[in-house]
Amino acid sequence: MAFDDNILQRWQQAEVLLIGGSAGSFKLFFNIVKHVDVDINKVIILVMHRKKNFFSEIEKLFSEHSRIYIREITDKDALKHNTIFIAPANYHTLIEKEGYFSLDVSDPVWYSKPSIDVTFDSAAEVFNERCVAILLSGANQDGAEGLLKLRQAGSLTIAQDPSEAEMAEMPRSAIELGAAELVLTTEDILKLIRT
Amino acid sequence: MKVQLSGITPEELNELITLVKGVHGFDFSDYGKASLTRRVSRIMSLKKLSFYELKHRIVNAEGFFQHFLEEVTVNVTEMFRDPNFYRSVNELVVPYLSTYQHVKIWTAGCSSGEEVYSLAILLREAGIKHKCFVYGTDINTEVLKEARKGIYSFRKIKSYAENYIYTGLKGSLTDHFTIMYDAATIHSELKQDTLFSVHNLVSDGVFNEFQLITCRNVFIYFDNKLQERILDLFYNSLAPHGFLCLGSKETIRSEAFRKKFKVINSKENIYQKIGI
Repeated sequence: MAFDDNILQRWQQAEVLLIGGSAGSFKLFFNIVKHVDVDINKVIILVMHRKKNFFSEIEKLFSEHSRIYIREITDKDALKHNTIFIAPANYHTLIEKEGYFSLDVSDPVWYSKPSIDVTFDSAAEVFNERCVAILLSGANQDGAEGLLKLRQAGSLTIAQDPSEAEMAEMPRSAIELGAAELVLTTEDILKLIRT
Repeated sequence: MKVQLSGITPEELNELITLVKGVHGFDFSDYGKASLTRRVSRIMSLKKLSFYELKHRIVNAEGFFQHFLEEVTVNVTEMFRDPNFYRSVNELVVPYLSTYQHVKIWTAGCSSGEEVYSLAILLREAGIKHKCFVYGTDINTEVLKEARKGIYSFRKIKSYAENYIYTGLKGSLTDHFTIMYDAATIHSELKQDTLFSVHNLVSDGVFNEFQLITCRNVFIYFDNKLQERILDLFYNSLAPHGFLCLGSKETIRSEAFRKKFKVINSKENIYQKIGI
């Protein structure tokens, strides 16, 4: 599909790209990371559900296939443009309005730590219309309420088309809640990111 | 389950901080705002309180502030959390501690005591427990009561046992507990030479000299300014060449402090005081 001018303008003006995903989202995360331009001129924040004590090599794997800098978040890291930040396992990631990350080890939300809702909710307090958020495949409802909060704050909110998601529940919950301004196919998500 | 969307504005948060400081003497002004907002909003939503009602209870309701403190400070902990950290302590710090006649250790922000007992078990397995004394401190009197008991639900112990496997320590976690029905009690030998007491990192000072200080996943709730102030407290509480351990996603950012510590393990954030 062709994006209308309003969408394109909001995409181009956004300073932050937030992406949340769970079961079945890995491949799309990988493709997004691979296709992001060096001069995208946004802070990119990825929140993926991950298992505790599972010492994944996601950061390394993504780095090998990306042209832009990738970093797993450490507490109080400053937000930087043209950088992909990955939320670490076993912590929630929050955003401070002074422009840095704070981590939090409180209880899991939707059995998940990191929780997408926690980061989206915190981002809604800070970024307003300066943000684009995308919710991908997953088997629970984490992220739906956070996406709604972002939409209410003026962010451009997108859900992956549930018919294409390996696990439809997460994007479908967001759509049912009225949290998604756009529902995009996998192809269109990649197209928007390369715009 | 519903998530709590934040219900408190930055102005209200500041008002609350001033109130708590004035009435109860606890200073949250240098805590990270995002996390504090989330915690306070959570209490309001769980208790169905308006901001006005919350303030009213903090001032007037007996015992409410203790409860507030318990909810607002995060008390999530585990035994052998981040197993690789314990592996590193065993390999890099224990050999050093073994050379001393007496070893004093401080776990700051110990919550319900899991980390203090994890260290006690590690020291016992290394054969140096008899000459070590471990202090656990927290600002919260309620969690310290739990810590002193050393009784954990069997469900928790099962997940702690999984951490234990990854530490590379010999034996098994349950060797150190007596399990009855659905609860596990830490062996009294491991409680010997441990002391749990109240200490507020924001307002209290140096109380002893230590060869090892651990303060893991506590700094994440403080802003940079407060982190530096507490680093200074830790620096002054460490013996020359003593070790400081932070959480695996925490780091010493200040240039001034980076010069005062040698990095022993950058991934697990183990530092050693450069002697003077």
